[in-house]
Order: sequence, then C-alpha cells, then structure tokens
Amino acid sequence: MYKCGAYPVIEKTAISAGIYSYEILCPDVAELAKPGQFVHIKIDGFTLRRPISICEIDHKNGALRIVFEIRGQGTAKLTSLNIGDNLDMIAPLGNGFTIPDEIHPNRRVILVGGGIGVPPLLGIAKVMKESATAILGFRSYDKIILAGDFKRADSHVITCTDDGSVGFKGTVTVKLAEELQKGDVDMVYSCGPEPMLKAVIAECEKSGVPCEVSLEERMGCGVGACYVCSCRISKNNTEFMGRVCKEGPVFNGKEVML
Amino acid sequence: MKKRDLSVIVAGVKFPNPVIAASGTYGFGENYATLYPMNILGGVSCKGLTLEKRDGNIPPRIAETPSGMLNSVGLQNPGIDFFIENHLPYMKEHGNVIIANIAGNTIEDYVEIAQKLDSTNVDMLEVNISCPNVKEGGMAWGVTANGAALVTKSVRAVTNKPIMIKLTPNVADVTEIAKAVEAEGADCVSLINTLLGMRIDIKTRRPILRNNVGGLSGAAVFPVAVRMVWQVANAVKIDVVGMGGISTAEDAVEMMLAGAKAVQIGTVIISDPYSPLKIIGGIEHYMNMNDVKNLTEVIGKVEKW
Repeated sequence: MYKCGAYPVIEKTAISAGIYSYEILCPDVAELAKPGQFVHIKIDGFTLRRPISICEIDHKNGALRIVFEIRGQGTAKLTSLNIGDNLDMIAPLGNGFTIPDEIHPNRRVILVGGGIGVPPLLGIAKVMKESATAILGFRSYDKIILAGDFKRADSHVITCTDDGSVGFKGTVTVKLAEELQKGDVDMVYSCGPEPMLKAVIAECEKSGVPCEVSLEERMGCGVGACYVCSCRISKNNTEFMGRVCKEGPVFNGKEVML
Repeated sequence: MKKRDLSVIVAGVKFPNPVIAASGTYGFGENYATLYPMNILGGVSCKGLTLEKRDGNIPPRIAETPSGMLNSVGLQNPGIDFFIENHLPYMKEHGNVIIANIAGNTIEDYVEIAQKLDSTNVDMLEVNISCPNVKEGGMAWGVTANGAALVTKSVRAVTNKPIMIKLTPNVADVTEIAKAVEAEGADCVSLINTLLGMRIDIKTRRPILRNNVGGLSGAAVFPVAVRMVWQVANAVKIDVVGMGGISTAEDAVEMMLAGAKAVQIGTVIISDPYSPLKIIGGIEHYMNMNDVKNLTEVIGKVEKW
C-alpha cells in the first residue's frame, strides 16, 4: 500500500554542507510508513524519480522527515524546494526494518550507520529508545549528521570518524565488534556504503547476531514494475535477483550477496 | 462533456481505448493496482518473457538522460511457465487486452514460448526481436529483414493468436523489416523499441550502466518514433502500434495521426504512475474539442506536405 501525490514541505534545514533535511506534511503516507522504507521523489525537469529513505515518522502530526545529500543535478534541484512548496512523491515504498514488538530490559539492538546511511536508522532509534546503541561513522567532524537526534532519542551514541577529529578514530566495525562482545544484542541494523555493510555482516556472522541491512541502487519505478534495481539474494538455498525497491531496501544480512 | 467511444481495433482485437502499457514498465500489472485498476488501460504488454527464468544484467541498469533514460535490464523475468501459472490469471482477471511480450535466444525458444502461450487465454503475442540489452538473440533477430522474417514465420506456424512484432529503430531502414514480417504473416507491428545509447561518469571515467550501453527511451526519442511509425504505416497494410517517448495525450494523438492504431506508453509511467489516466482522459478531451466521434478519424490522418 502506497500513495502518490503532492505534499507540502513544512520544514527545511541545511544540516551540513550539501545535506538537507525536509519535513513533509503527508498524514496518509505517515500513517502507513515504517522505519527503513523510502519515498520516491519527482523532480521538475528529470525523468527519473529519486529514492530517499525515510528518516523520521511523526505519527502525531502526520509528517515525514527525509535527509538527503546532493549527489548530482537531480538532488541539487530538489534543494530549490522551499517551505510551502509541494513535493511530488510515491510513498511509503519497500520493506522497512523488522522492529521487535518488545525488547527485554536487559537486551538491546545496535544501529550501525555510515555517512548518508545514518538517516534511515533514526526511525528505529526513536522506537527502541534507550535499548539502542547507535554506532555512527563519518569521514570527519564536519560531516557528522544527526548525532544529536540519536541522543535525544535516548540512544547510546558512539561516534567514529576516519580522521579522529571527533570520537573514535577508525571504522564503525571496530566498535561494532566491541559492542557485540559485550553481549545482550538481539539485532543489528545497518545502512551505509557497501564495504561497510559487508564488514558489518561479517561481524554479525561471527557473533551469531542477526542483522538487517538497507541497500541502495539506481532505481526506476520504485514499485517493483521495471526490474531495474535488482540485487543478488540467496534465500533458502536458492539464488535470485531481488528488487531493492520491492523486496528491499532492507534485507536480512544473511541473504544479500554483496 | 460527452463520453466518447475511444475503442480501437488492432489486428482484430478490440481495445476499449488506444493506450497500452509498454512491456517492461508495468511488470505484470499488479504493481500499480493500489493507485487505480489495471482495466483503465486499453491493454497491458507484460514484462518480456523468455523460455527459462533470467536474472538480467548486473546493476546499475538505469541512467538519467536529457528528457529520457537509458536502461539495460537484460530481460530479467521469471520464465514463461511461471508467467502462465502465476501472472496471466491475475492479468486476465483485472485487465483488458493482455499481451504477452516474448523474447528468445534461438528460433526454437520463440517457437516453444509461442506454443505454450497458444493454449492459454492471452489475447495477443508481442514478439520482441529488438531488445538491445542481451548479448545473444534479442535485437540480433530484428536488425535484418531475413532474421525478422524467420522469427515471424516460425511463430506464425505454431499459433493462431494475433502476433505483433516489436521492431527496433537501430536499423538503416525500418520499413524493410516491417515489410518482411508482414510478408510472413505478422498481424501487426509495434515500434519503436529503445535506441542504443551510452552515458559516461566523467569523474570515474566509467559508463554509468554496468552493461556499458543501454536502450534510450522517454520524451527524447519521441520525434524519431513519430517519423518511423509514419514511415512504416505508409509501407505496410497491417496495423501499426506506435510507441517511443509518448508523455502526454497530445503526443498520443500525434502518434495516431502518424498512423498508429494504438499507442504504448512506458517511461512516462515510471515518471508519473498516473500518466495513463491523464493520457486517456486527454485523448477524450481532444475528441470532444475537435468533435471526433471515432479515433479512425484521427489514425493516419496526417496530411504530408
């Protein structure tokens, strides 16, 4: 179930160089949306829509928040939309993260995000509150986004930077391994660059903790009709090409073949 | 506003309106059901089917272009048997005219697929001899009159279903191919499939598509499509279905004036899922404004200079 229509932008912020946060008033979409799903945005003058993951779902006010980075001409054009302008989108799309109905007080989940892969994890942090440990990796201090939002959602936040300008100097997987060793982890959720996802999946395999990863691929229709955004999946010993827009973007870490 | 009769007859098959979802952009009809019923469309041509299931090409398989896009899906599909068992019943139940788009590596593939479909309730076969994204077969059949004729003859021999041959624009003279398939018993032709194209990322110096090249579609190709449909409509007696970059009702009318009995729309659906409704409604509006009682008053009615 998804909607297709024009919805007003009600909040716009540049949260870092080239990274924007929009809030969109869309009660019928917000009602359906789950963390890890995405919206597919039409941009004036471009044939292809741009898929952008949902960062936060505000059920009370019927709004969604998206955070995206300028990657090319399309996303650059998207930043010309201002508060009050309508955003044409198909949403919510895809399968989101599996969120447990309840979590034992002594158990927790780990969120591992890299760069612009961080936003879709905030929705889980909001649900899991203090049961979530968020390991967030960025190139340097000036690239950090949403760390404060995760703290306000009561996550235990571990920031990593490649250059050590803030937090731990090194990759998120080093910190993930440490956290997994402490035990008590029910699930790991991850989104970020492919090499990072591979490393996260490998760490989870080692400690036998299930993980879900959110993938990105150049996309066509966004609803499963065009078979453009395929990725190789292995499920119950059979390999097939799954659609990132339909079977994904969130996949079981054991099933994706990166 | 008056309700108009938008129906057209193509290869003996009646379509309630002339707008057909083009193969590869509408899956097997189920993906847009949440927005509007599939029977809004005059017909749906399903995702290209091969004898065995195909994984398709390695991604990325799509790239933005000025007023269009490139794709190199490479015929990912579940195979003909799976289609007949799992998709066709749904399509027949919910849609109007259902067209099975088929592709083969070999003549034997085309024949076997056509035989399997002959005993189903599918309304029409669209024989794809023009896919630019697979190494073997596909477009190789469609670029020579002999190859196109051989596929047509072989499929014709094993089915009584109406057959529509989907032509490639990547040839010197499309009318030669159209005449060749007409001579072998094709009931109609559809054109144009995508134009072979390429885009390169200037930072990485790599093609954007992992397949290096892919098929160009969308508004950018529309004038090329109008020209080719016009040429073919003047060269053959069988029906012509026009496609290639149709984005509006005006484009659809223009394509019909060029000689198309019906039109297929594809890329515009990816951009705007509601485009079929807008185009069908717009055609009816055009008929009202111009007092057109039947689309036969439009089809092929361009007056050349």
